[in-house]
Amino acid sequence: MLTTVLIIVGVVLLLASILSITDNLIQIEAKKSGIDTQKENMSLFPRVSDFTSAKAPSFAKENFHLLKKGHNIKLAGEASGGVTHVGVNRYAIQPTNFRGIAPIPKMVVELGNEVKAGDVLFYDKGNPDVKFTAPVSGEVVEINRGEKRAISEVVILADKTQTHKSFDIPSLDGNDARQNVINTLMSSGAWTLINSRPFDTLADPAVTPRDIFISGFDTAPLAPSMDVIVGNRAKDFQAGVDVLNKLTDGKVILSLDGSKSSSPLASIENVEKHWFKGPHPAGNVGIQIHHISPIKLKEVVWTLGVQDVMTIGTLFSKGHLDMSRVVAITGSEVKYPSYVKTYVGANLSELLTGQIEKEGTRIISGDVLSGKQKEMAGYLDIKDDQITVIEEGNDHELFGWLLPISPRPSVSGTFPNFLFPNHKFQANTNTHGEKRAFVMTGEYENMLPVNTYPQHLFKAIITNDYERMEGLGIHELSEEDVALCEFACTSKQPLQSILREGLDMIRAQQ
Amino acid sequence: MGLLDFWKKIEPDKKKSPFLHTAYDAFFTFMYAPNSVTKGGVHVRDGMDLKRTMIHVVIAMQLCYLFGTYNIGHQHFTAAGQYLGFLEGFHLKLGHGLVKLLPIFIWTNVVGLGIEFFFAAKKGHAVEEGFLVSGALIPLIMPPDLPIWILCVSVAFAVIIGKEAFGGTGMNIWNVALLARVFVFFAYPTTISGDQVWVSGFENLAAGTSADYGMWHGLMNHLFGWMDIDTFDAAKTVVADGYTGATPLALAYVGGWEAVTEHYTTAQMWWGTIPGSIGETSKIFIILGALFLIVTRIASWRIMLSMFLGAVAMSLLLNAWGATPFMTVPWYYQFWMGSFFFAMAFMATDPVTATSTNRGKWIYGFGIGFIGMIVRVMNPAYPEGWMLAILFFNTFSALIDHYVIESNINKRLASA
Repeated sequence: MLTTVLIIVGVVLLLASILSITDNLIQIEAKKSGIDTQKENMSLFPRVSDFTSAKAPSFAKENFHLLKKGHNIKLAGEASGGVTHVGVNRYAIQPTNFRGIAPIPKMVVELGNEVKAGDVLFYDKGNPDVKFTAPVSGEVVEINRGEKRAISEVVILADKTQTHKSFDIPSLDGNDARQNVINTLMSSGAWTLINSRPFDTLADPAVTPRDIFISGFDTAPLAPSMDVIVGNRAKDFQAGVDVLNKLTDGKVILSLDGSKSSSPLASIENVEKHWFKGPHPAGNVGIQIHHISPIKLKEVVWTLGVQDVMTIGTLFSKGHLDMSRVVAITGSEVKYPSYVKTYVGANLSELLTGQIEKEGTRIISGDVLSGKQKEMAGYLDIKDDQITVIEEGNDHELFGWLLPISPRPSVSGTFPNFLFPNHKFQANTNTHGEKRAFVMTGEYENMLPVNTYPQHLFKAIITNDYERMEGLGIHELSEEDVALCEFACTSKQPLQSILREGLDMIRAQQ
Repeated sequence: MGLLDFWKKIEPDKKKSPFLHTAYDAFFTFMYAPNSVTKGGVHVRDGMDLKRTMIHVVIAMQLCYLFGTYNIGHQHFTAAGQYLGFLEGFHLKLGHGLVKLLPIFIWTNVVGLGIEFFFAAKKGHAVEEGFLVSGALIPLIMPPDLPIWILCVSVAFAVIIGKEAFGGTGMNIWNVALLARVFVFFAYPTTISGDQVWVSGFENLAAGTSADYGMWHGLMNHLFGWMDIDTFDAAKTVVADGYTGATPLALAYVGGWEAVTEHYTTAQMWWGTIPGSIGETSKIFIILGALFLIVTRIASWRIMLSMFLGAVAMSLLLNAWGATPFMTVPWYYQFWMGSFFFAMAFMATDPVTATSTNRGKWIYGFGIGFIGMIVRVMNPAYPEGWMLAILFFNTFSALIDHYVIESNINKRLASA
């Protein structure tokens, strides 16, 4: 009995090893003759992904990415309808919105100065060519300071009729086109819309990025629809893309929603298009970069939002700075969730006039995962195209951990949420538990479609283990990418701030 | 909100009496979810927290508790040859089971939670929920007649040396419940191994020994006598001739599967009406608990599945070898005996001491199944292997994770 079994096992092992060696030799030969074995399957065996991956839809030609990990948090209060105008008088540029500049920038204007849209307000002493300019024309009425006398807001009272500073538009052809484009972007203030990765900071004009990435859709909770945001401005977007192509030696890459067959940006040219299908955070540019072409050590890429590209487009087609923005006003505590047209840095209390009736609400510039909490008197952050208002959850709930009375969003199987896949939750800001040590495992991995081990990355950051931080790809991530992990965390750990701590540590080393 | 006001009124001063305040805080947060709101990061948090996670594991064990309690009594009377039908003498079996189980459960939690509260007060943090599960698991894996003082010493050892010394919940290297058991196993081996210890209520299992009833049995007799139903009678309840109390594993070690089936039917083993540790005998109720944990995604199905595969692989190899009677037991019958399923569902899946990477979980589970089966079949002193195999792989889980992570890092660096 034993000998028969051993003989059979031996024969099987022998055959398997012959097959495996043959397979390896074929692969080596394929690599030698220059075939990309990552893309073309040169193996004798089919890949697991051949069975599991869905076929790309017809509109997404070759660059289709199906993401399985993540979660869509469905909240009540989605914006709908067309774009309306709201009269907002006060706008502010907030130096704290720009990561990587000194907390006390050099002011160029004083209280009472009249400015046109595009006039310089201040600049960073470390990089005096990059100007921070007024989004609207009007009078500088407040220069507010926060902790340690850092400037928190420069407030402009807008004129009834807007006037614009005009800029000379350089030609996009010729040898010094790139430098001319950069100079125009810097002097107009449009440069401040460009973000740089790793570290998600303001872009450095001395660097030539490997590629430039634009996410053409947003999967965050209650995120605005691209159809509304782009509207009929695809031409401006195209003009912006043409300018961006001058800034990089690589490609300008645009990601589109793979779950929809139509996109207002589908006709854009001079970009490499990729389609992503999957739950949040599939719409985050950091996740898309990881799947298109990961940032390697010492590489730099730039990222922009859709409306930022349109601003750059109008700057080069019309010669003035147009910082207008379509903003979605969302959330369960908003009376009429809707889209409004305004400018960068609009005052929130004016934007939300007549929208909030209850006491005890939280106003968020951005979405509920990675937005910033704001006072009613605060201002919209420069990169945000969304305001969310939800209820504060500062009450005790009897046996709330065991028998929750009100429905709440969760990724856990212990809530009957899977029975109501389309329920829109009225989530509040309660933490639903206290902070604990890391206990559960595999939670973050399910929320982050990046090939890394997030929990070990966070532990590496906490223990100042630089090598492991870099090894696990901290430079590929930004706060918004791990925000969903923070949402799902059973131990209620502050993952976004831990990640930023790690990014700051690495940045300080360079 | 009257109740909430009452709780707020009796809150002890944190500075004057830190221990009281810690205890108060533990009970208050048990009653009420905290009113804290998110700050700085995400604005909306998942409804899941550690309390809810832990209580679902405890819920998954409840069928084992119900069955285990009754089975203590059932085995007691089976040894005496009385009430052989499962439901006969229901009140006596349940009564005897409660007399044995309740002290074990209460003392486990008094000692364990006491130490937890003390350390929490000392370190100035809230009481963490880890012991909720450990305190529910420990009674289920102990023999019903274990002396209470040994239980208390083992729980204290497990909580202080196994957990608090490493920094508390989430930091321990070894499974706390198994550490308590392994302490008894090595320090007081006669109380937890052999044929004598799995049936409670007798001094020893020699034929003719009469039952050993105490005060609680007497109290219950008053009640049963008043209700005019059968009472505990030490003179009648004597160990029957030929009864050994041997568990299926002990029998299989000596005589293989034939010896097991002489004493027990497969149905008995499947339903769990056999001697053993309190909560591990009923396969069906443990599997129901395991399914509950998988459906709610609290325990890792990867560990459970790979542990099963590991055990199957080793059993097949042992079948092929077939040198001893135990090795010839067909691989599928190995799962009818012993505490494989309990270890798989509740012990190996402890997220703190298991590996934390998905690939690591496959290796970890497979290793436990593989090694545990070797210990079970080849160990002459103690025919069950899961406790030792799990503690062994707890020790190596960080190493397994390390290599999984290194391979991820190397891949990233290689492409750079």
